[in-house]
Amino acid sequence: MRFPMIAAAALAAGPAPAQTPVLTVYTYDSFVTEWGPGPQVEAAFEDVCGCDLRFLAMGDGAALLARLQLEGARTEADIVMGLDTNLTARAADTGLFARHGRDDVKLDLPVGWDDDMFLPYDWGYFAFVYDKTKLATPPGSFQELIAAPEDLKIIIQDPRSSTPGLGLLLWVQAAYGERAGEIWQGLAPHVLTVTKGWSEAYGLFVEGEADMVLSYTTSPAYHLIAEGDDTKAAAPFAEGHYMQIEVAGRIASSDQPELAERFLDFMLTDAFQSVIPTTNWMYPAVTPEGGLPQGFETLISPDEALIYAAGEAAKVRDAALETWRAALAR
Amino acid sequence: MARRARPLGPAVAAGAAAAALVLALALVPLGAVAWRAEAGAGLGPADWAAVRFTLWQAFLSAALSCLLAVPVARALARRNFAGRGVLITLLGAPFILPVIVAVLGLLAVYGRSGLISDALGLLGLGPIDIYGLTGVVLAHVFFNLPLATRLVLQGWLAIPSERFRLAASLGFAPSDVARVLERPMLRATLPGAFLVIFLICMTSFAVALTLGGGPRATTVELAIYQAFRFEFDLGRAALLALVQFALCAAAAVLAFAVALPTGMGAGLDRPVARWDATGRALRLTDAAWLAFAALFLILPLGMVVAKGLPGMAGLPASVFAAAARSVLVALGSAALTLALALPLALAAVRLGGAGGAALQAAGTLSIATSPLVIGTGLFILLFPVADPVALALPVTALVNAAMSLPFALRALVPAVAEAEAGFGRLADSLGVAGRSRLRLVLLPRLRRPAGFALGLSAALSMGDLGVIALFADPSQATLPLQLYRLMAAYRMEDAAGAALLLLILSLALFWVFDRGGRAHAAA
Amino acid sequence: MLRLEGLMLQQGRFRLIADFGVEEGHIVALLGPSGAGKSTLLDAIAGFLPPARGRVLWRGQDLGPLAPGARPVSMLFQDNNLFPHLSVEQNVGLGLRPDLRLGADDRAAVAAALDRVGLAGFETRKPAALSGGQRSRVALARMLLRGRPLVLLDEPFAALGPALKREMLTLVAELAGETRATVLMVTHDPADARAVADQAVLVADGRAEAPRPTEAIFADPPPALRAYLG
Repeated sequence: MRFPMIAAAALAAGPAPAQTPVLTVYTYDSFVTEWGPGPQVEAAFEDVCGCDLRFLAMGDGAALLARLQLEGARTEADIVMGLDTNLTARAADTGLFARHGRDDVKLDLPVGWDDDMFLPYDWGYFAFVYDKTKLATPPGSFQELIAAPEDLKIIIQDPRSSTPGLGLLLWVQAAYGERAGEIWQGLAPHVLTVTKGWSEAYGLFVEGEADMVLSYTTSPAYHLIAEGDDTKAAAPFAEGHYMQIEVAGRIASSDQPELAERFLDFMLTDAFQSVIPTTNWMYPAVTPEGGLPQGFETLISPDEALIYAAGEAAKVRDAALETWRAALAR
Repeated sequence: MARRARPLGPAVAAGAAAAALVLALALVPLGAVAWRAEAGAGLGPADWAAVRFTLWQAFLSAALSCLLAVPVARALARRNFAGRGVLITLLGAPFILPVIVAVLGLLAVYGRSGLISDALGLLGLGPIDIYGLTGVVLAHVFFNLPLATRLVLQGWLAIPSERFRLAASLGFAPSDVARVLERPMLRATLPGAFLVIFLICMTSFAVALTLGGGPRATTVELAIYQAFRFEFDLGRAALLALVQFALCAAAAVLAFAVALPTGMGAGLDRPVARWDATGRALRLTDAAWLAFAALFLILPLGMVVAKGLPGMAGLPASVFAAAARSVLVALGSAALTLALALPLALAAVRLGGAGGAALQAAGTLSIATSPLVIGTGLFILLFPVADPVALALPVTALVNAAMSLPFALRALVPAVAEAEAGFGRLADSLGVAGRSRLRLVLLPRLRRPAGFALGLSAALSMGDLGVIALFADPSQATLPLQLYRLMAAYRMEDAAGAALLLLILSLALFWVFDRGGRAHAAA
Repeated sequence: MLRLEGLMLQQGRFRLIADFGVEEGHIVALLGPSGAGKSTLLDAIAGFLPPARGRVLWRGQDLGPLAPGARPVSMLFQDNNLFPHLSVEQNVGLGLRPDLRLGADDRAAVAAALDRVGLAGFETRKPAALSGGQRSRVALARMLLRGRPLVLLDEPFAALGPALKREMLTLVAELAGETRATVLMVTHDPADARAVADQAVLVADGRAEAPRPTEAIFADPPPALRAYLG
């Protein structure tokens, strides 16, 4: 029974060359689902590369890095895509990544980019998202949020288990530095709950549990474009917004170094970048020729972009977490 | 006495092998994580705070579940009413729900925009706020009250009806019945029920975090997650997992020393005829408890159904593919559970005494392991020798099987003991031994508990996100993973539909196996 | 012959000694007060209770190393003589093949045994669908089929009415006669003993006495039996 099936499969595969090179890309789970960028990116790259692009997905960016650390030099990955700037310092420390060696990459980021190991493919701002029909005048800063009546509730994520959670931790830290503890103490009464990940938090928000949820400035674009629902908005904060920049890097020990390089190049072309806004719901790192999809112009655009340089984030992280825990554990 | 006349034989060897496998599954991955670790940080004050919170919430949850289970089980035991069977089946539902589904169902009732808050709003009152220890315990009681009720109800039905007849003829009042018949039964049943629920709540993570309201509600499992994901400190993760395992083992030893409940696989479909509880006040009390249980447990389930129905129609094909995969994993996991539980139960009964208890304890402790550590450890072990992605589904089935083993044992061990007590000598005198004994004597007598164990294990596996997330291949998602993916893609309505599908499939699997065990079950 | 050689049985603080032989072909009643150790003695012969001292010999062979099922013994218990989940045919068939892989010849033999006990055509019934007397007959059919030379009855018919019980005992005696089996039967009823047993063993005060003809023992009861008979 088995052999005929294998034979049939081989026949069905037809005249494809037996030695098609395989490029293995590790990424996070939501990238590869049918609603994420994965399927379109795979098709587009396979059209031009004469190769088989294989995605392997694991949890989120942090799980991805942990997996890579477990596998070490024996990893099958050629490319790792989906780390962010909070993780790149640790990722670089593994010694597994090769330098990309490009010094004139043209990027449309609100901040400069000089990392010689990782290349960004998309970015976004963290923001509190609310329902315009339920909250007429959202707070315009952390200070206003603290001063709001106590029944204005927000849902945030745990920085230890979630990327946006860590983003908020660093956002407050970057905006307030030494005063972060004070801000967290002020926020504490408004924090309805802290969830494990973004999905739980956003799910609770959609169910109407809280007035605001920690998400991205681009979240309202999903509701507007995919659902035709314009009631969701992100509240602009006067302190500026912390950024998330998602990056990819090439594994030094890859057996497909040329293919991997081609993928990194491809990543910054329109074929890849134009898929990002309406699948990953983030800003593309290079604005495609046709511009952003209709609807993105309604999104808020923060006056100030906050972000720690790769090494800095790792340095302030542990102390910031302690501050956060002490303030919220009251 | 008859035991000595029979050689211990292959049954005990097979049981010992199963116990060794389960223990290895719990401890070897932990060892692998520790071995792979570089020098890590020790445990800090925050970790000990997590240990304290974990113990406290598990204690409260288990105690409250057991306390509430007593009046509910008593009412179920002594009242016969239309829909009693349906109520008992539905009581099983919360236990097998995936955490996120149950939490959303609970919040639809108790949340700030839930039914109760809405009702209060009509009266001009503010919404209720359950976040914090209240929410954690509420959710844990929601999950585990049905389990406790089932265990206690089983104890009630195990009291021979002749005793109640005797009590009636002696003119016992309900308080006398309680003192003479019911309290000794509860004394024997409750410690075991308490233990199982305590262990389940010990490893809770997402419930505690989501409803706990903040870092106050950090459990050991979350601390493990932090060590692993945030700090990539494998040594600390292993140390914390060891602490968690040791606490659970200590609790298990303590509870095994007190008593063990008997099987929950036997029939619950007949109330005990009672002559002492006919008073109007008692009838009203029982009715009130039953109404409380039904509302408390079924209302959130109803909300899951109500919220899921709109999304059911338009579910993407990938959800059904994931559902089919999950059913396969659940069936594999159920088969594995029985393959492990049966030799363990046979050997535990054959050995009896301390040896038997040790085997059962080994089979129960798998519940005390951290899924994250098991998954990571298995990955460390498998990665050098095999493609972990190719093994994702079998490994998921195996880990799920180990997780439902304690419940399967609780159903099977008493049934094996009963079959051996009733028919062991006859089988001996006829020389029915070895596989013939299993096939002809034991298996037919174990249909009910085995059906129950298969059903429960399949349903638990269905709802478990488990280790699949650590091994996932984009094309191999199970239904719970697909549910999370839908949420991550903002598709909350589809996710609610997928949750309903998951609820239906889990209950259906449980129902099919449980009924299958009952049909043709010989008198 | 069955020989109990310097046998001492112990269960907790209870002790019973026996040292005698039983000639083959007899039906022997074990008489004595409740708790005297009649069932204990049968358990030892059947292999459920290893003796503290002494041996059980059958035709000169020590039964000690043999498992219950390997002994030349058929035993009927007080209850649970049939597996409720197996059909009548399967319950009887176990007497031929403990793994129940019955061939055509085996089935014919089962049918013949059922016919002999008056249950022809009952093959497919389950025990739950039988009366108490019919269940006893099924157990006897299996005993007949096993053809073991030693039959131990631990009051298997105690739950039946007096007439039915007597009928069963008579059937046992007939079957034993046909197969030349030796029967040891526990009984509380002197009338039963006199009706079917040609010998009697008195079990009392920690001893099982050597068998004597039933009529003789009742004609001149020893003190222990006299006390028991009242």
